[in-house]
Amino acid sequence: MNGERKTALLSTVAGLAAAWIAFDLLVFAYGESPRRLLALVFEGTWGSPYGAGQVLFKATPLLFTGVAVDLAMRAGLFNIGAEGQLAIGSLAAGIVGAMVPPWMPAPLAIVVVLGAAALAGGAWALVPAILRARFRAHEVISTIMMNRIAEATVGLVLGLGFALKGTVRTLDIAPAAHLPRLERFFPALRGSAVSVSLAFAVALALFVGWSYRRTRFGREVSLVGMNPVACAAERIAVRSRVAQAMILSGALAGLASSATVLGYKGYFEQGLGAGAGFGGLAVALIGRGSGVGLVLAALLFGTLQQGGLAINAYVPMELMDVIQGVVIMAVALADARVRDAIARSAKGAFG
Amino acid sequence: MSLARTILSVTMLAQTVRMAVPYACAALGGVWSERSGVVNIALEGTLLVSGLAAIVLQVATGSATVGAVAAIATGGLFALAHGLIVARERVDAIVSGIALNLVAAGGTRFVLRALYDSSSNSPAVAGFGVRLGAGASPEVALLVRTLADPLTLLTIVLAGATAFALYRTPFGLRARASGEDPQAAASAGVPVVKVRVLAVAIGGMVCGVGGAALAFDQHQFQSGMSGGRGFIALAAVILSGWRPLRAVLACTVFAALDALQIVLQDQSRLPREVIEMFPYAATLASLVVIGLTRGAGRPPAGLGKHTESA
Repeated sequence: MNGERKTALLSTVAGLAAAWIAFDLLVFAYGESPRRLLALVFEGTWGSPYGAGQVLFKATPLLFTGVAVDLAMRAGLFNIGAEGQLAIGSLAAGIVGAMVPPWMPAPLAIVVVLGAAALAGGAWALVPAILRARFRAHEVISTIMMNRIAEATVGLVLGLGFALKGTVRTLDIAPAAHLPRLERFFPALRGSAVSVSLAFAVALALFVGWSYRRTRFGREVSLVGMNPVACAAERIAVRSRVAQAMILSGALAGLASSATVLGYKGYFEQGLGAGAGFGGLAVALIGRGSGVGLVLAALLFGTLQQGGLAINAYVPMELMDVIQGVVIMAVALADARVRDAIARSAKGAFG
Repeated sequence: MSLARTILSVTMLAQTVRMAVPYACAALGGVWSERSGVVNIALEGTLLVSGLAAIVLQVATGSATVGAVAAIATGGLFALAHGLIVARERVDAIVSGIALNLVAAGGTRFVLRALYDSSSNSPAVAGFGVRLGAGASPEVALLVRTLADPLTLLTIVLAGATAFALYRTPFGLRARASGEDPQAAASAGVPVVKVRVLAVAIGGMVCGVGGAALAFDQHQFQSGMSGGRGFIALAAVILSGWRPLRAVLACTVFAALDALQIVLQDQSRLPREVIEMFPYAATLASLVVIGLTRGAGRPPAGLGKHTESA
């Protein structure tokens, strides 16, 4: 455990250092002052209650998709399809949310709408899950294809009469299905779009993290990811656990709509939440299998996104996407270095 | 016009060839990488960065040839990074691919805004601008122009060259040996890491030709213009059993579906979105076929494996 902690610390330092270096180099190459822009990033994010609220707002869907991708990764799957699962889940949330009858009390309405989002996201993950379990199709390819099909499906369904006339958005969801913004409880956050969905996301991350150790399903999923052959020998239903993990991952990705459809816009429109699926990959790769780690990683990438907006007038905010990739790479490289060093020292001791 | 006549039309043939070039180059790049044992989902990002390089250099110098060379070099360097990170540093190939694809997607938009003040597209360029077939009907002219395009011809040469190099040269043998059983290859004196890094980089250069073709075909760079082609090409590689010529053949089938989409869009009563799904749904279907038939062959046995650490 101690060794694991040390590795995590080292990787975090490597990731942050790489992010900083990449930021400086790119900003400098663009002809701006890195120091001044870094100050702007800070001012626009953690430097004010509003900025902090916006970071939390950006981090919320990332945390949902991060937990989702992490779940699949536990079972040994790369769910690159969170993007599409989120889109279809959000579409379902928008459509069902608009159909909620007026007599329905708020808690029930929220459960129904989010249930629909989770079902739709899970259903979208069903295809890669079956392809993987039955036909051994690599999920990286199938989930990417499902993302593309999701994009077209959203347009198709909206075009079938679920959109407000002349727009690419659904009708407004019922007031009962709205999740309140946190500014209602913390007036300092005024104007920022962070909602109760954040608390939901954090609770989910901690609960899912707990369940890998304390529930049969969770333990089996993570064991299957570590060693499917041994699990098969122990009569764990490997293929169905892997498929279930993928479907559940899709359902969790669909829940990210709570931050966007229920907590922010109050309707679904084409492209709402786009990018959060790929961001979830980054969160899962950095958060690496602990609830707290996922929360911190979501905060990091939320900060990058919001920071990108803060400096967009001086440097293209796409800079932050590059940094996101750099962070993933730096952490992976640091991990690989440590793993090799451990392997070498073990060889020295036993060979 | 009936569906059969549409499918057999000259337009359809021309569009198929046109769409096949980027797929084929990406797939050949994938064959190079994966036959040497390195999984490569960074093909998508390779298409993007090389496509942008082609446009930037043609805008700067006015020469399509310089643009194409820049695309090849950029594709090679980008893949070189993937090769070093995966083969030498032993980072998981999927993780490296995800990170590189993010860098490519963000980086190309960054450069677009930095150079041309637009995050969606570059200024227009002429590409190679082949001007043959002027007297013929528009369909025939398109076919002639496509077939005579230097990048189409280069792709055909590269398909043959890849097959020849992999099966008939010492380096190809070493690459395949590294991909089949890295430990045994290392014991026989093959510098596995070096061979893999080189093979992945060569694959990136070939993929770079596809990036240039994609961008020149649209006469500009558009952000995200690879549109999943790198992944579809990877499916074609698997479908082909990791064999270069069959991979190109599989790419031609995917390209025909793309072409069908273009040809049908004008005259079909199906909603546009349904037609747009064709290539992606076909890729999913091909994954089922691979599963049912165990594919046309097995993957290289050493795919994703390393030599024992020294």
